[in-house]
Amino acid sequence: MKLSALQQSYLGRRSNSFRSSGPLDSSSDGAFKSPAAVFWLVLHGLSCLISLLLGFRFSRLVFLLLSTSSTYTSPFHSPTELAKTLDIRSVIPADPVGNVPLPFPNKTATNSRVVVGRHGIRIRPWPHPNPVEVMKAHRIIERVQTEQRLQFGVKDPRKIIVVTPTYVRTFQSLHLTGVMHSLMLVPYDLVWIVVEAGGVSNETASLIAKSGLRTIHVGFSQRMPNSWDERHKLETKMRLRGLRIVREKILDGIVIFADDSNMHSMELFDEIQNVKWFGAVSVGILANSANIDEMVVEKRGEEENPRMPVQGPACNVSNMLAGWHTFNTLPFAGKSAVYIDDRATVLPRKLEWSGFVLNSRLLWKDGDKPEWMKDIDTLDGDIESPLDLVKDPSVVEPLGSCGRRVLLWWLRVEARADSKFPPRWIIDPPLEITVPSKLTPWPDTPPELPSHEKPVIGIQEPIVKHTTKTRTSRSKRRSKRKHDETRTDRRTTGFDKTLQN
Amino acid sequence: MRKWFWSFLFIAFGFVCSIAAERNPRTERISGSAGDVLEDDPVGRLKVYVYELPSKYNKKILQKDPRCLSHMFAAEIYMHRFLLSSPVRTLNPEEADWFYTPIYATCDLTPTGLPLPFKSPRMVRSAIQLISSSWPYWNRTEGADHFFVVPHDFGACFHYQEEKAIERGILPILQRATLVQTFGQRNHVCLNEGSITIPPYAPPQKMQARQIPLDTPRSIFVYFRGLFYDVNNDPEGGYYARGARAAVWENFKNNPLFDISTEHPTTYYEDMQRAIFCLCPLGWAPWSPRLVEAVVFGCIPVIIADDIVLPFADAIPWEEIGVFVAEEDVPKLDTILTSIPPEVILRKQRLLANPSMKRAMLFPQPALPGDAFHQILNGLARKLPHQKRIYLKPGEKILNWTAGPVGDLKPW
Repeated sequence: MKLSALQQSYLGRRSNSFRSSGPLDSSSDGAFKSPAAVFWLVLHGLSCLISLLLGFRFSRLVFLLLSTSSTYTSPFHSPTELAKTLDIRSVIPADPVGNVPLPFPNKTATNSRVVVGRHGIRIRPWPHPNPVEVMKAHRIIERVQTEQRLQFGVKDPRKIIVVTPTYVRTFQSLHLTGVMHSLMLVPYDLVWIVVEAGGVSNETASLIAKSGLRTIHVGFSQRMPNSWDERHKLETKMRLRGLRIVREKILDGIVIFADDSNMHSMELFDEIQNVKWFGAVSVGILANSANIDEMVVEKRGEEENPRMPVQGPACNVSNMLAGWHTFNTLPFAGKSAVYIDDRATVLPRKLEWSGFVLNSRLLWKDGDKPEWMKDIDTLDGDIESPLDLVKDPSVVEPLGSCGRRVLLWWLRVEARADSKFPPRWIIDPPLEITVPSKLTPWPDTPPELPSHEKPVIGIQEPIVKHTTKTRTSRSKRRSKRKHDETRTDRRTTGFDKTLQN
Repeated sequence: MRKWFWSFLFIAFGFVCSIAAERNPRTERISGSAGDVLEDDPVGRLKVYVYELPSKYNKKILQKDPRCLSHMFAAEIYMHRFLLSSPVRTLNPEEADWFYTPIYATCDLTPTGLPLPFKSPRMVRSAIQLISSSWPYWNRTEGADHFFVVPHDFGACFHYQEEKAIERGILPILQRATLVQTFGQRNHVCLNEGSITIPPYAPPQKMQARQIPLDTPRSIFVYFRGLFYDVNNDPEGGYYARGARAAVWENFKNNPLFDISTEHPTTYYEDMQRAIFCLCPLGWAPWSPRLVEAVVFGCIPVIIADDIVLPFADAIPWEEIGVFVAEEDVPKLDTILTSIPPEVILRKQRLLANPSMKRAMLFPQPALPGDAFHQILNGLARKLPHQKRIYLKPGEKILNWTAGPVGDLKPW
């Protein structure tokens, strides 16, 4: 019972800081009046001072010793209750006793398991995630998301047929991997038609085989020419070849043109499920400009911020197709790239193929299709844009909230025409000179230094500091590829000496 | 003629069967221990008489501090307004089944907005003295057919600290009345048998305004925002939340599946809609508005509060909707949550998607059918008819009017 007065004063203090209502709580006033309370306050202050000196909470120890004598007589705490609430707490290392709930009179009407008072903070010995459970959680998340997609997403999703023209070159792996990974993430059924200029090659075949998607890989006999104009024309022919495959195999779904250097967002694949026959989306044009400073200076006079040009459908107020946004080529007149490895800006066509999607039934020989669709077998000549496939351009459906959402981005970046790359990007046989890129930080085993070694790159400050001070100048040197051999030798032998110290 | 009759009967029967079996695959019907009562209509099942108290008990208090309309204890004010214009209200006290006393006991706020319960016992006492002297209905039963809305931390114990609240116990003069409160914990002094537990008030318009498209994939596994340690009042930890919140932090702060922190982001409501589980641990009191928010946003509530009694526990089968974790099992929370089979999780989400579930947790203005006001009335209706023994013989007294701390007996 003596403890209760102290508890009251402690709780009174707490209530004062919690709410600004000190004097209203009448029960805390009584504590100051009785001499027993004063005595306990003095004792408390004394134990605080002792704790300051010792460095841990002395009063806790005292209370524990006092309370163990009274614990077993207290009607409100059974030993099992105490044992249940005594737990490991690793936060305060100076606390030698762990957390014991200080017993004080709390009247629970009936036998409640739940005890008011200080409880231990339960921390398990290894509070880090278990990888098996993390995988289980991810599977749960996937299942929930699949269910969400079933309920709120597209009803009756159709298969997506992707037509990609490609050819073997240095950047092919870069571009095609990007498209491949985007397609692997698509949650719908997919067929990937890859048309390759210059015939089917192992390079491309091995690349697309890693995707795990259903692919149709065909070759196109012509090789890819070196100028952008010709390349665009050939790509158009290759796409028509892809469309012919759709017709031959009578594939059912939505046809989308994914050029291998484009970037697609996942929302694109959800949005195109809404197409009925022939749709168009907005394409952001990332016209790679080598003279970007000039462009910026010019444009500053005209507009505040140069915005990314967008190609796509334009709607009027009532959300009906009113026209087309195309790329303005005037600022680039005469400065655009002609050959594939030119450093100038690569311009897109008036309307890029990648911004259009069509229902594959439009390509079938027979079956019900609208009469405004031209038969692809009859066209073989110059098709400027996909709008030439239809007789009447007003039937095109604008997608992506009427062209306001940009769902994919167009980019053309290629390496120099004469650049070489290792086939399938495997370095075989290994290169002749191997250089250790970083020394191990412990100086026990000095590494073998071949005679023609280039200077080592790496963190040398710790080693240098531990040994002699005369070597500090070395650590400031940054590694460069071109060094004098003589300078190197002198320094490496010096370094040897350092390690042996 | 006979054939037509039988075929018609058969078709009608088939129709009825199909309608009964037809279930929206996105939601599931909710039926608790009292049956399928969430959508019951209380009109016609009970009559409530609202006492006319002087405005110093209600309107004047509200005028002094209009913040009372938006904090989590605002249910008492909205309940009064709802009853004034509800069809269950009767102006004839002789035919009333229940009597309501409109007293706003939780409206004495500090500058930071926290209610002080120190004057509430005296206020309630003075109100009851008034109604017992002006009307005969209190003395008839000593309050057994009266109900009071006491949404404070520990209900009618009128204190925010649990030890003090337990010491005081329920106000003696309210011992026979039905208490409509947010606090609920089994085997606790401050929860009487027969009390109705209600959810805390959460502003419905704010939550409706922040809804995101339903097809946004839920990508957060566990979500929680709030305090783990209350450094102002419990610097060493262990008192606040009985150490449970601190245990959650210490065990799971490094776990990428748990998105927990003390920051208060502006996208709090949107984040809850992107989470699968939302933690609802106890704080200084076991209940919290997080439960309401989790239910409205379709996030499965993980309730960490031993022996808690959740709102409308007889109408809503909380065991099937939420996940209950004992406070001692908090270090194993990740094991517990990841070992729930996905079908169970999907079922819980379907139950949460039921619009009657969401409506039952809210106090919309104006009132909608099936909302929390109606659930309270349904709860009161389920307690009818009153037993004969609550009616006292004339002159008989059971309550002790002078019990309780001396401070409570002072006039208000």
